[in-house]
Amino acid sequence: MNMNWFPVWYRNFLVWKKLAIPSILGNLADPLLYMLGLGFGLGQFLGKVQGVPYLHFLAAGSLAYSVMNSATFETLYSAFSRMHVQKTWDAILNTPLTLTDVLIGEWFWAAAKSLLSGIAILVVIWVLGLYTDFALTLWLLPVILLTGLCFAGLGLMVNSVAPNYDFFMYYFTLAITPMVLLSGVFYPSSALPDWLALFAAALPLTHAIDLARPLILGQLPTLPLLHASVLLAYGIAGFAAGLVLTRRRLLR
Amino acid sequence: MNLPLRLSGLTKIYGGHAVVNGVDLAIEPGKCHGLLGPNGAGKTTTLRLALGLIAADSGTVELVGHPMPGEGNTARARVGVVPQIDSLDPDFSVRENLLVYGSYFGLGRKEVEARIPELLDFAGLAGKEQALVPTLSGGMKRRLTLARALINDPDLVILDEPTTGLDPQARHLVWQGLRRLIGKGKTLLLTTHFMDEAERLCDTISIIDQGRIIVEGSPRDLIRQHIEPQVVEVYGDALADWRVCALDLCKRCETAGETLFCYTDNPEPIIAELDKQPELRYLHRPANLEDVFLKLTGRDLRD
Repeated sequence: MNMNWFPVWYRNFLVWKKLAIPSILGNLADPLLYMLGLGFGLGQFLGKVQGVPYLHFLAAGSLAYSVMNSATFETLYSAFSRMHVQKTWDAILNTPLTLTDVLIGEWFWAAAKSLLSGIAILVVIWVLGLYTDFALTLWLLPVILLTGLCFAGLGLMVNSVAPNYDFFMYYFTLAITPMVLLSGVFYPSSALPDWLALFAAALPLTHAIDLARPLILGQLPTLPLLHASVLLAYGIAGFAAGLVLTRRRLLR
Repeated sequence: MNLPLRLSGLTKIYGGHAVVNGVDLAIEPGKCHGLLGPNGAGKTTTLRLALGLIAADSGTVELVGHPMPGEGNTARARVGVVPQIDSLDPDFSVRENLLVYGSYFGLGRKEVEARIPELLDFAGLAGKEQALVPTLSGGMKRRLTLARALINDPDLVILDEPTTGLDPQARHLVWQGLRRLIGKGKTLLLTTHFMDEAERLCDTISIIDQGRIIVEGSPRDLIRQHIEPQVVEVYGDALADWRVCALDLCKRCETAGETLFCYTDNPEPIIAELDKQPELRYLHRPANLEDVFLKLTGRDLRD
């Protein structure tokens, strides 16, 4: 693979660098409030979930949710601004770089940004001691990266067909919110009726959490390769569809 | 020899309609070539085809010696583009815009930094290195876009309506920049609907309408070949009554809205007659490219 995508990635990095502190705080605040508010508050009434305090249970869900959100926002709102409003992609297409370079750069950039969000939550998990085995939590880094690539790829697909910013509300209402509620962020998916659990098992966030939760609770995931493959498959399929549809949108 | 750009039999069809329809164009090195046409004539599509951004339905494009779109990235490394719509990075300063754009050409930071003073000087933006793009005026943004297009020291610069939306002062500054580029031996291809702009800058002009090139030549030749040398424009409430009279006094008359255009080799008799008509106002001027353009593409509005 050539490195032509790198200037696109680096351009986004340079813009981000200017607003790095508020951006990191913003990424951290939302999942942290969920985790601490629900963990301490709701946790009091719940006692233990799957044998651990609710806050510990919630940690993996918050991590995956935060990574998903970060990758999704970057490839929806931010990428849309660059593509449609600022015409940054059009400017790049007049240079030797191609649309494939642009989209790979955006894909990897969104994954990098969500990696940072994930690490921020991971630091909180470490500081609050919400883990069992520190060495195992290091495996969360590749899990975060895979989750970021997965949702960044899907986000680029949604971006490619968006006529305006309002369109993204459909994706949040029809895809992101159901995932947050069904994929095991707040409670184990096994609590769902069978038919709904079956549906939840097909969602990518479920697989991210199935990898992250055991690692935080000091166990090895039961089917690591399956979960990793599903995340990667969603990501690559989303990216490929995004590339085809964006080409149809910009280069016809 | 490799021409900066050669289009042969170029055709692009959208929804059964040929937006570009058998266009042949050969641009000589070191010249400024203008592509003129009403809205929707196919100018921008022709440029996109030339840059290899879209593939033709038939015909060929050769850009700086490379077949397009196949060798697009190699060819575009030798070309600079000033797009119609502003695409500067609003989050970056003037300097950062040039550095980042240079990186898309694989140019190193040092290499671009060495070129920045010269480029900013050229664009009349010296001392503005640190200014953020949103603080620049429309004219400054255009000139920065022009400087950006030169970051790779291109052989050919393609400009899509480079002065649309600028005030006269800013237009003159952009023209001055373009003339300096021509002076340096760069080849320019520009689209515009300002006839005075084309007449001032271009060595050759192609007028394109409904996807076809209808005439090509130097501005002076086009005026000589297609139009009488003198024009008298007549306006006023009594125009309707006087129109019949005008036909006897000049070679050709055309009405556009409230104005009568009289084309002639010898304007004296018309002017003498008009001086006797106090309720009519008139303007006498030499024929220009706009007269040729309107004669060939018609006076109907295009949207």
